[in-house]
Amino acid sequence: MNPTTACIVGVGESDDFGSTPNHSALALQSQASWNALRDAGLERSDIDGLITQTGGRMAAINFAEYFGIMPNFVESTFVGGASNVAHIDIAAAAINAGICNTVLVSYGTTPRQGEYVTMVPEYADDFERPFGVCFPVGLYALCLQRHIYQYGTKPEQYAKLVVESRRWAALNSRATRKDSITVADVLASPSIVSPLRRLDACLVSDAGGAFVVTSLERARDLKQKPVAFLGAGHAYSHRSIAQKDDITVTGAVESSNRAFNRAGIGLDDIDVFQIYDAFSGQLMVMLEDIGLCAKGDGGPFVESTDFGPGGQIALNTSGGGLSYLHPGMFGMFLVIEAVRQLRGECGQRQVPDAETALVHGNGGVYFSEVTAILRAIGG
Amino acid sequence: MTAKEFQSLYKSQLGAAASYKRTRAPEAEPFWTGCEAGELKLPWCLACHNPHFYPRSFCPHCGHHELEWKNATGQGKIYSFAVVEAPIEKAFAELLPYVVVIVELEEGVRILSHLMESDVDKVYCGQSVRVQFTHMPGEISTAVFIVADGSS
Repeated sequence: MNPTTACIVGVGESDDFGSTPNHSALALQSQASWNALRDAGLERSDIDGLITQTGGRMAAINFAEYFGIMPNFVESTFVGGASNVAHIDIAAAAINAGICNTVLVSYGTTPRQGEYVTMVPEYADDFERPFGVCFPVGLYALCLQRHIYQYGTKPEQYAKLVVESRRWAALNSRATRKDSITVADVLASPSIVSPLRRLDACLVSDAGGAFVVTSLERARDLKQKPVAFLGAGHAYSHRSIAQKDDITVTGAVESSNRAFNRAGIGLDDIDVFQIYDAFSGQLMVMLEDIGLCAKGDGGPFVESTDFGPGGQIALNTSGGGLSYLHPGMFGMFLVIEAVRQLRGECGQRQVPDAETALVHGNGGVYFSEVTAILRAIGG
Repeated sequence: MTAKEFQSLYKSQLGAAASYKRTRAPEAEPFWTGCEAGELKLPWCLACHNPHFYPRSFCPHCGHHELEWKNATGQGKIYSFAVVEAPIEKAFAELLPYVVVIVELEEGVRILSHLMESDVDKVYCGQSVRVQFTHMPGEISTAVFIVADGSS
C-alpha cells in the first residue's frame, strides 16, 4: 500500500440546502466552509491553500476574498461533477510538493434559483447545441439506448438503483426524498428523454459543501480521526459524445484501475462505495466500469444484488444524488459521505466496520471520470 | 399530418430553435457553407486519407495539416438515438417528441443530429438514414437525417 501523505481532516455541508432563495451560492459555500473548519478544529488563518471551481470566473480568488482568506496556493480545475474528487488529488500534490500545508476544497451552487453552470458556447457545441440535445440528460439517454441495444439491458433493471437510493435516504434525516418507492413507480414516472424517466434522474438542489486536506503529520494533532487519501486515478476521454468510439464504456475503467494501482489495493478491499449517480442508468454503467460486474452485465447484476442498507454492496449511503441532494456537481457530497462513513458517524445508515471507501466522480456526460480511495486511520 | 407536412413543420421549428449562435470557427466554414448549398462535406486528410468530424485544423488521426473537403454520400446508420419527450429546451417544445441521433456515416465518421421522424417508436439502432438540409435564410442551416427508403 502507498504511504499515506495527505488526509481529509474536516468536512462540512451548508446548513441550508434544497431550495434556498435567501442564500447566494457564495453564502452556501461559506456556510459549508465554516462547518468544515469547525469540524476540523481549524481557523481560517490555518488555511494556506484553496481549491474551488465555483464562486465566479476567477473562482478561487472570488471565494477567497468573500470568505476572508489569503491563500498562497489556489486551483480551480473544472471537470464537472468529478471536480471535487479530482481536487483531493490536487490538494495532496500541492501539500506533498511543499507549496502549502492545509487546503480548503469548497463548492456552492444555487441551480434552483435559475443560476446554473453558464453554458458559453464553445466550438464543439456548434455540433450539438442546435439539435436540442438537452444536456446532459439527452446525451446520457443516447449512451443508455446503445447499452440497451448492445447488451439487452432493461429499464426495470437500472430503475432498481433508484429504489435502493430511497432506502438509504430513509435513514438520513437530511435527505430530500425519503419516500418508499418501487421499480413500478419509477417505470410509471413520465419519460423525460427515453430511455430515461423522471424518477431515473437526480434531484436539483441548492447546496454547498467543503472539506479540508492536510499532511498526515498535521492531521495527527487535529480534532477528528484523520481519513487518509491513498490515491486517485483520472480519465478524461472526450468532450462531445459523438467523438467517443464506444459510448457504452466510460473512462471509469481506466480511472478506477489507476486509483487501485496507486493505492496498492483492490476492489475486494472496499467496504463502502460512493459513486456518482446523476441518473440510475449512468450509475449502472459506473458499476460495470469500476469492475463490480462484467461489461454489459450491469442490468442483471443490479437486478440480483442488494445495494441497500444491510445489503451485499454498500452503495451511496447518503441516498446519493438520486435521493439525498444533487446541486449540479455532486462529487463534493460523495467525498463528505465517504469521510463520515470512515469516521463511523453515520448513525442508522452506518456501514459496520467501514475502513476503506471508493469515491467515484463523473463529470459532463462521461467526459471526466475520477476515482479516489480513502481509508480510516486506526485509533 | 403527412410526412412532408411534418418535415416542413420540423424545419420551421428547428430554424426557430437554432437561435444558438455558432462560434463560426474558420475550420468549419466549408461544412456550414456546404449545408447552405445542400451538400454534406467532410474534411479528408491528404496524408492518411481518412475523414474526420467535427472539423479540426489538422487531421486528428495522424496529425497532418493538409486537408481537403469532399462530399460525403449522405448515407449512414443510426449508432444511437434518444427520444426527447419533455419540454426541457423550450425552443423545441412544439416538436415533442423528437429524436436526437448519432449517425455513423458510410465514410466512418459520426455526427450528432436530428432524425426527422414523427413515428418515434419505429426508430432503432442500425437503421439506415440519409441526410437532409435545413434551409432557412438568416438562420443556421445544418444537416439532419430522415429514415432511408425501405428502412422503416
